[in-house]
Amino acid sequence: MYKSLAEIIDCVTKKNIPFWKCVQKEDCIELGISEEEAFSRMQGMYEAMRSADEGYEDTLYSQSGLVGTDGKKVHDARIKGQLLCGDFIGKVMERAIKMGESNACMKRIVAAPTAGSCGVIPAVFLTIQEEKGYTDEQMTEALYVAAGIGGVIANRAFLAGAAGGCQAEIGSASSMAAGAVAYLMGGDAKVIANAAALAMKNLLGLACDPVAGLVEVPCVKRNVMGAVNAMTSADLALAGVMSRIPPDEVFDAMRAIGRAMPENIRETGLGGLAGTPTGVELREKLTGM
Amino acid sequence: MNLFDIVGPVMVGPSSSHTAGAVKIGNISRKLLGEKIQDAVIWFHGSFLATGKGHGTDKALLAGLLGFAVDDPQIPKSFEIAEERGIHFRFEGIDLGDVHPNSVKLNLTGKSGKTLEIIAASIGGGRVEICQIDGLDAHFCGDYPTLIVHNLDQPGHVTEVTSMLAHKSINIATMQLYRASRGGNAVMVIECDQEVPGEAIQWLEHLEGIRKVTYFSLEETDV
Repeated sequence: MYKSLAEIIDCVTKKNIPFWKCVQKEDCIELGISEEEAFSRMQGMYEAMRSADEGYEDTLYSQSGLVGTDGKKVHDARIKGQLLCGDFIGKVMERAIKMGESNACMKRIVAAPTAGSCGVIPAVFLTIQEEKGYTDEQMTEALYVAAGIGGVIANRAFLAGAAGGCQAEIGSASSMAAGAVAYLMGGDAKVIANAAALAMKNLLGLACDPVAGLVEVPCVKRNVMGAVNAMTSADLALAGVMSRIPPDEVFDAMRAIGRAMPENIRETGLGGLAGTPTGVELREKLTGM
Repeated sequence: MNLFDIVGPVMVGPSSSHTAGAVKIGNISRKLLGEKIQDAVIWFHGSFLATGKGHGTDKALLAGLLGFAVDDPQIPKSFEIAEERGIHFRFEGIDLGDVHPNSVKLNLTGKSGKTLEIIAASIGGGRVEICQIDGLDAHFCGDYPTLIVHNLDQPGHVTEVTSMLAHKSINIATMQLYRASRGGNAVMVIECDQEVPGEAIQWLEHLEGIRKVTYFSLEETDV
């Protein structure tokens, strides 16, 4: 995996091949498989996201009972035309919360980059494909763009809440999705990198403070925020808005912030929302500790 | 790491460390035992103990012992399936001391009476590490075919094992040596680039001074 977005942009310029192809070629060397085989494997990931979206059950609650059925509420509000954000963003919101709930209810999902942040990329991808009519092949290319950005983040910072807070999970998912949308909408490598940077900048410092240590509160709803943030960040970059701080440096900042975060807001289920009176009460009730 | 660690795996939620990682530990443990499981006692430590219930860690670990993949929709039903198959299982809490917060100890007994004790950790993002086998250190993650040889700490055993591997054209990726005490129990943990054939493992088992040979294959067997 690449160590910087700058290297990917360099590859795009020098080899005159698309962003996703640079990412794929490099990975195929690591995997030791053909580009065709890798592509169909990646397409399989997209298909798994689609079937996870379609498999949402609107009556299910998680084992703890803390999450479930919110996807249906958003769906109903959207169908009634009550959402201020409109139908398109409404669909993104609905899919993101549904996937987060499916994950909490032990359904089959695609970790992207993590299980806790599994709603961001499918919510954005499935909705934009529905809206713009992209082919599954184009969506798979976009998934490569997302994975390439995620790989750079993994190399420069981290993707786990325990290591770097929620910015490392929802922040990374949002950054990956933003770059992918910029690619689909015709942005060049610099626009892709800027979209990723803008999305990450908005989520820097986000604590990982799950109530009772479960991937439920606030994780499920943060998928909605990460997905919508990806759309707005891509739009900004496509409009020509640039990140004043270079994208790779934004990821370095995420790492620095993550390292400076106290342990109680790094997936320990102790600080932040988990440390509120209600959070503590729920922890004692659910874990006996 | 590769791109499918970033987008992927396809898994049953809710947590890559507490659910998918637990399934993987179960699967590796099952393969290390090398035969059908009759009895399993599972001790959860730290975060596995505190939040395991809400993450389905117990169901996931048992699902791995049953041979389910991390994306098998039957994972939530593993208790019922284990009961149908007549497998005895029990979950307990434990303090394993200064280990990874997501650690678990397993005591497995196979159909033939063979036993195995494992301490393993789920180290994040669905990646796992086997930390101890039968009380001796063994650090490996199940990405390669892995040969674990418990032997007496005396000259020549490393040569016997590595010569056998060379003879079978098996390349060693990593190799670790540990011992409990000078002249006492020792262990070799060898990650290989190729699978080690069954007859080579049986040959090793019969050598003098070799106490136990455990093998983790990437290939799926019927156990």
